[in-house]
Amino acid sequence: MSTLERSAGTRIPEGETFPLIFERSREGRRAWSLPEVGVDAPSLDELIPADQRRAAPPRLPEVSELDLVRHYTRLSQRNWAIDVGAYPLGSCTMKYNPKVAEDAAAMPGFSRLHPMADDDLAQGALELLGTLEKALCNATGMARLTLQPAAGAQGELTGLLIMRAHHKKQKSERRRVIIPDSAHGTNPASVSLAGWKAEEVRSDDRGLVDLEALEKALDDDVAGIMLTNPNTLGLFERDIVEIGRMVHEIGGLLYYDGANFNSIVGLCRPGDMGFDIVHMNLHKTFATPHGGGGPGSGPLAVSDRLEKFLPKPVLSWDEGAERWFWDDDRPDSIGRIHSFFGNFGINVRAYTYLRSLGPEGLKSVAEHAVLNANYLRVLISEAFPTAYPGTCMHEFVATAKPLKKFGVKGMDVAKRLIDLGYHPPTVYFPLVVEEALMVEPTETESKETIDGLAAALNQIAHEAETDPDLLHNAPVTTPSRRPNEAEAARHLKVRWTPE
Amino acid sequence: MDFLPHTDADDRAMLEAIGMSEIADLFEPIPAEVKLDRPLDVPPSLSEPELLEHLAQVAARNLGAGLTGFAGGGAYDHHLPSAVKALASRAEFATSYTPYQPELSQGVLQAVYEFQTSLCEIYGMEVANASLYDGANALTEAVNLTVRATKREKALVGATVHPHYVDVLRTYTAGLELDIEVVPFGDDGTVDWRSVDTSDAACVVVQSPNFFGRLEDVTAANDVAHGGGALAIAVTDPTAMGIIAAPGDQGADVAVGEGASLGNPTVYGGPYVGFFATKLDLVRQVPGRIAGETTDADGKRSFVLTLQAREQHIRRSKATSNVCTNQTLMAIAATIHLAWLGPGGLQRMGELCARRTAFAAGLLAEIPGCSIRFEGPRFKELVLETPVPGHDLSAALARRGFLAGPALGRWFPELDNCVLIAVTEKRTEDDIRGLVEAIEKEMAER
Repeated sequence: MSTLERSAGTRIPEGETFPLIFERSREGRRAWSLPEVGVDAPSLDELIPADQRRAAPPRLPEVSELDLVRHYTRLSQRNWAIDVGAYPLGSCTMKYNPKVAEDAAAMPGFSRLHPMADDDLAQGALELLGTLEKALCNATGMARLTLQPAAGAQGELTGLLIMRAHHKKQKSERRRVIIPDSAHGTNPASVSLAGWKAEEVRSDDRGLVDLEALEKALDDDVAGIMLTNPNTLGLFERDIVEIGRMVHEIGGLLYYDGANFNSIVGLCRPGDMGFDIVHMNLHKTFATPHGGGGPGSGPLAVSDRLEKFLPKPVLSWDEGAERWFWDDDRPDSIGRIHSFFGNFGINVRAYTYLRSLGPEGLKSVAEHAVLNANYLRVLISEAFPTAYPGTCMHEFVATAKPLKKFGVKGMDVAKRLIDLGYHPPTVYFPLVVEEALMVEPTETESKETIDGLAAALNQIAHEAETDPDLLHNAPVTTPSRRPNEAEAARHLKVRWTPE
Repeated sequence: MDFLPHTDADDRAMLEAIGMSEIADLFEPIPAEVKLDRPLDVPPSLSEPELLEHLAQVAARNLGAGLTGFAGGGAYDHHLPSAVKALASRAEFATSYTPYQPELSQGVLQAVYEFQTSLCEIYGMEVANASLYDGANALTEAVNLTVRATKREKALVGATVHPHYVDVLRTYTAGLELDIEVVPFGDDGTVDWRSVDTSDAACVVVQSPNFFGRLEDVTAANDVAHGGGALAIAVTDPTAMGIIAAPGDQGADVAVGEGASLGNPTVYGGPYVGFFATKLDLVRQVPGRIAGETTDADGKRSFVLTLQAREQHIRRSKATSNVCTNQTLMAIAATIHLAWLGPGGLQRMGELCARRTAFAAGLLAEIPGCSIRFEGPRFKELVLETPVPGHDLSAALARRGFLAGPALGRWFPELDNCVLIAVTEKRTEDDIRGLVEAIEKEMAER
């Protein structure tokens, strides 16, 4: 029985294709229930000119409500999720998303609140955001933050635009931003979007920023550096204080990519390391559900001297009137970055998580994320050595290179792991490691789960030697087996069309 | 409550396996000078019942959430079907992530493929991406697409486009130094596109229904764009697509919009979902993820992420966008809502919005001293002008149980006595008559 087909009745008979909702459509069937217009108003023909009217309605599915419910229930069962099993996808922090946060966000006082409601009608929301901001500023060691960015990449762009505004204010023309070669792809992409050029510096044999290479790259054309710390290899940048000194010396700013903040929260703070700008991924560190690819929330924090550039409106407290309000009167602001106030529903969930854990809980989260990663690292180190030696933080990058001699690749390991009941780690990232397997077990997995995962990986290493085809043919238990990606790009089909 | 499974015995056994005696040893790589020597100054831990009670008290202070909703301006109180809520909140969708391993992600991939199909159907387009952050972000990405495709650096944006979207466009493109030129609107609250020079523009941006609820002449905007070699971007409310012509059928090259009205609550402005659809010849310029159909090793239909060479994780600094995490769950909810509606339901939804708005307009115009600004075809929103500053009126209406607005003065000083009123399929005749009565009383008491 496959990992995705354990629940009775979800198995799709061999050879049968799971239909699209459009293929279940039968003319005349309906799920919708809406009232008659019922008021004395002109007809549509009278209200809307003929050339603005839709000639034929869109060909949406016509299904009964039960058709709809079964389709999406069964479709959901063709998907792995944290609630289904372990999901050690490196860099993504797939930890348990507490249910209480779902109840919180669904409270009508939050879910029914309209973003154009006057501040006086939204004091609860503003107070919640104010408390969340204060807590996140304390956790990062920063002065102020904006909760507008909807995800990490939007936070990155916001931070770079603030960096840009800062240099402009200093009347300093700069064109380059330094990023390590192990950085997430969003970093260089955000730099380009900010109108700058990304310049890579190499990692040294410790897997850390090469200080000599950095020294050479730094000059007064450099606007700043973007660093993930711990970096994408799961290693803490030990020289961070020195790096900060070097970058500040040439007038540059330090940007902290918070993708891995979950491994240090409560233990050390980007602000104390010298960072000027910090984004967090609340969907990672603060345990909000990742939604099959989003939503996230990517708040962006800054030090005192950059506060005036934050996106507007800025959440403020009116001492005299004892009320919260959105302050739009911010002449140096880079402007608005989101249609409204960011992913508020996600911020409510992050707040709920924060209030559930408290200071001790948050610290314990980081400690156990690091404990779990190191435990797993040690258990599989013989078969899958790490690319760089030593203790890792919340994740580590192992390599499947030793299996190459059996004709087995990292992707084969990943696919076989699926048959053994686990979501694979991130494969082939970061780019600096050959046959990379980036593993992040997260703190919410138990010792038994990690033992099982390690046993599966070690079994796979053994199978690579004894029965490599088992790996090449994996997975065999899933609704789809190694779908052809090249074919998808060659014969592009990105929407269903009726026969 | 920290949701950790570790017993003390687990901690000890794991540390022993690693060869360490205490957890602090794991943090040796962190320099002592930056280690925190005190607990974080964040609020203390609460148990679940305490936490829910606290949150209920906070939520209760959001007085706006309890009012009868006539507010608009880019967020609307639509009916959220029970089946849609139940299905979109399934943990298999909610607690998964980007479908990097297609074998374990056929659920999300197929749902995204269905989303793309639904979006193409309603907008009259050929390709859609898996979602962007919100309406403003979708518009910004569309403008960036046209800049790349035309190698021009000017955007001509109608003054009736949502002002927040224009703000975001300006913020986002500050580094690219695009020339954003706003084309003014006329007495009827729409833009006259006919005399606009597009010969050096990357794009024309028209919103219809526009920020005032009025239908714009989208065909004229598209024609004038194409006449000068520019591309045409239409910002379109998807809930209008059962009754109003699709932007693709009117000649738009890119259709974008805020999709939260489908499948998602207003939830104080987010998470929402940016809809983005275009024509196939622009597919390689599309930002973000796209699901595509293919076959697997057994020849079975399967879905994968496709054309990934456009994206940041492959193309890095040369990617079409920096977007990574998007709003997939909101897109899935919208897909399910559209399937619940079907063609007939979307038509009914549109008809309810348009005709009940017209009904409301008729009654509001009869209130002494009040009038409807910008007469002409509209969808689900109108501009009410009264003798009172718009903000004062919306505050007064809130005291009488109604949420109206936003007041328009903050963006358009000449419309200081104007508020937006939105009427969705949820607003009954009684609701509308109640609003009218409340305004009458308010006027009479002033």
